[in-house]
Amino acid sequence: MIDFSRNHFELFGLPARYRVDAAALDGAYRKLQTEVHPDRFASASDADRRAALQASARVNEAYRALKDPVQRAQYVLSLNGVDGLGETDTQLPLDFLERQLERREEASDALANEDEPALAALRDSVRAEARALEERLVGELDAARDFAKARPRVRELTFLSKLADDIDAMAATLD
Amino acid sequence: MALLQISEPGEAPVPHARKRAIGIDLGTTNSLVATVRHGLAVVLPDTEGRPLVPSIVRYGEDGVTTGYDAMAKQASDPQNTIVSVKRLMGRGLSDLDDDRRFPYRFVDAPGMVRIATRAGVKSPVEISADILRALRARAESSLGGPIDGAVVTVPAYFDDAQRQATKDAATLAGLPILRLLNEPTAAAIAYGLDNASEGVYAVYDLGGGTFDISILRLSRGVFEVLATNGDSALGGDDFDHRVFCWIIEAANLPPLSPADARLLLVKSREAKENLSDHDEAIVAATLADGSKVNAMLTRAIFTEITANLVNKTMQPVKRALRDAKMAPEDVKGVVLVGGATRMPQVRRAVGAFFGQPPLTNLNPDEVVALGAAVQANKLAGNRERNDDWLLLDVIPLSLGLETMGGLTEKIIPRNSTIPVSRAQEFTTYKDGQTAMAIHVLQGERERVSDCRSLARFELRGIPPMVAGAARIRVTFDVDADGLLEVSAREQATGVQAAITVKPSYGLSDGEIAHMLKDSFAHAADDMQARALGEAQVEADQIADATRAALAADGDLIDAGERAEIDAALADLAAKRAGDDHLALRAAVENVNRVTGEFAGRRMDRGVARALTGKRIDALSQ
Repeated sequence: MIDFSRNHFELFGLPARYRVDAAALDGAYRKLQTEVHPDRFASASDADRRAALQASARVNEAYRALKDPVQRAQYVLSLNGVDGLGETDTQLPLDFLERQLERREEASDALANEDEPALAALRDSVRAEARALEERLVGELDAARDFAKARPRVRELTFLSKLADDIDAMAATLD
Repeated sequence: MALLQISEPGEAPVPHARKRAIGIDLGTTNSLVATVRHGLAVVLPDTEGRPLVPSIVRYGEDGVTTGYDAMAKQASDPQNTIVSVKRLMGRGLSDLDDDRRFPYRFVDAPGMVRIATRAGVKSPVEISADILRALRARAESSLGGPIDGAVVTVPAYFDDAQRQATKDAATLAGLPILRLLNEPTAAAIAYGLDNASEGVYAVYDLGGGTFDISILRLSRGVFEVLATNGDSALGGDDFDHRVFCWIIEAANLPPLSPADARLLLVKSREAKENLSDHDEAIVAATLADGSKVNAMLTRAIFTEITANLVNKTMQPVKRALRDAKMAPEDVKGVVLVGGATRMPQVRRAVGAFFGQPPLTNLNPDEVVALGAAVQANKLAGNRERNDDWLLLDVIPLSLGLETMGGLTEKIIPRNSTIPVSRAQEFTTYKDGQTAMAIHVLQGERERVSDCRSLARFELRGIPPMVAGAARIRVTFDVDADGLLEVSAREQATGVQAAITVKPSYGLSDGEIAHMLKDSFAHAADDMQARALGEAQVEADQIADATRAALAADGDLIDAGERAEIDAALADLAAKRAGDDHLALRAAVENVNRVTGEFAGRRMDRGVARALTGKRIDALSQ
């Protein structure tokens, strides 16, 4: 049904780059799902239904990995033989870590004061910083193709994204 | 069949080749069944024209009754008349926050609570199956034959246990199930296809006992659920209960008998419904001891005593929007679904939150069943105009495993698009460890005790190795129904130590098979109806085929043969009008027999026609 040996970019017929055309990705995803989704095979044989299930799950997985800027960065690194997730060797810069620690404390204070606007502002500032990092990564991953150099940046981006999600989860407890 | 006919792919040789496909909304308070007719989704009413089937089952002295018949007896026989059974699906006794609210004799059982009735101990799955059987019978009599495929809806926020229980109930009711479909998504299909909408929509679905909120993006025929949230134990029932408590307090009533309690609950519901169109409602009842209850409920009081219920729906709304990374102003329209959204205070609250009046142009009671019928029609393979659309739904709650220290490790996060498959590797923590316990959980909380336990199993036969050397890969597969399958395999040595489990809740496959056999034994007429339906389809096919053949090649037979065939057809038509499936089968066989010779001659003529103009040497190759 689909070729499982292809990487995520090949699956959607997109160039293997960090910067993706979101509309092209969305369009390719929907087109593929239209072809392989189990709904198309509801009255087919068990084997065909099973194949559709696997193909559709594979397409969902690829879409999720390419749509999210953090996972996409990690994926581009891994395609180029660099492990973006291993946390043993490189340390993140101390000033970066200190700044995030401060933010985490601010978030805890805002949560204790049930200050939802403060949490939202904090999350927005973390997201803005993440977006700036994404722009720098376009240069490092697509133009310079210096994957070793991009690696700590990808880890910073991963860190920021996790922080923004954590702040969101804190805000959710105030709903 | 002697008269072989081959039609073009996609073209039905006879009208009956169209599949009988239905959508079922199995609701807490009411259920409905719908189908697509002439390209239009319609709800199938009963013989008196009533579209709803009250989701009530009574186990009476004289057998099982459902719907309005059962409803009429709910106050006089409350312990054997089961209402709102949907609230019990996939739930243990300890899950029910207030089991005293139900007048039933509960029996605790592993996995799922049971109810002791006159007809024996019943599980919620069996009781739901009785409702589904009534809907199936209605559909079969309306569509004139057995059902080929059904889509049954579930609240989007139903967990794996509740979904599996619903699917089991459908199997038990003898329904060939094509898909479980989330209720708000079904509503979005009905709404979106009707209005050719594009953009981000919210579906606010407050039913009798469940609340769902789904955020969807509709674009070029794709219905993509971005996030869903809800509360699977919050609905119109709770508003009734608030009124009930208010009456008890206002009239200063002592503790009530089950019958009196049910009577007042019914009166509470009526008052609630009256308040949708009126500013006040009188609650009047005479209790078993002859004492009278008389109270006036105003809309203002009703709004006040239910304000925190309305507020309780807003938290899931905010969380769904947050997960979808949307703000209220990004939402282009809010669709209201479920009878409970008729309450003015609910409409006001939703309108205020989204800053726009909600859309109510589809009947909130029917829209889910209509959407399910459209989906069933498509999945069964019936072609329609505008059927070029696709549904992408999500799982509502994260799935994970227990790790050291009683914590959950999420494998598939909530709001992942389904189907989804994900694997994670674990290792042994002791030297020589040969087994690993795997505990599958669903929920958002960190601690295992705060999540729902779906399954526990052990992977055995891991070859003894030093701690940390084994690589055990645990794979979670969620299918398009939102149902989970978990498998585990030791990878490092290639030794086969693998297991696959489908979480089941108090009912094993064996038990279901047994219940199925039971229900067939007790419902011989059920079997009879199915056999008759199938024989009728066959009879219609052979009659149509024979008439077509006579019209095309009638010259191949003499008058005597023709008379014999005509007589057989007349006999078939007579038996077709009766209800004896064996006699009908015999008539079909008879037509087959008397047309055998004719069919052979048609075949020869067909071959001769095909060969005309071909040279012998071309044929011999």
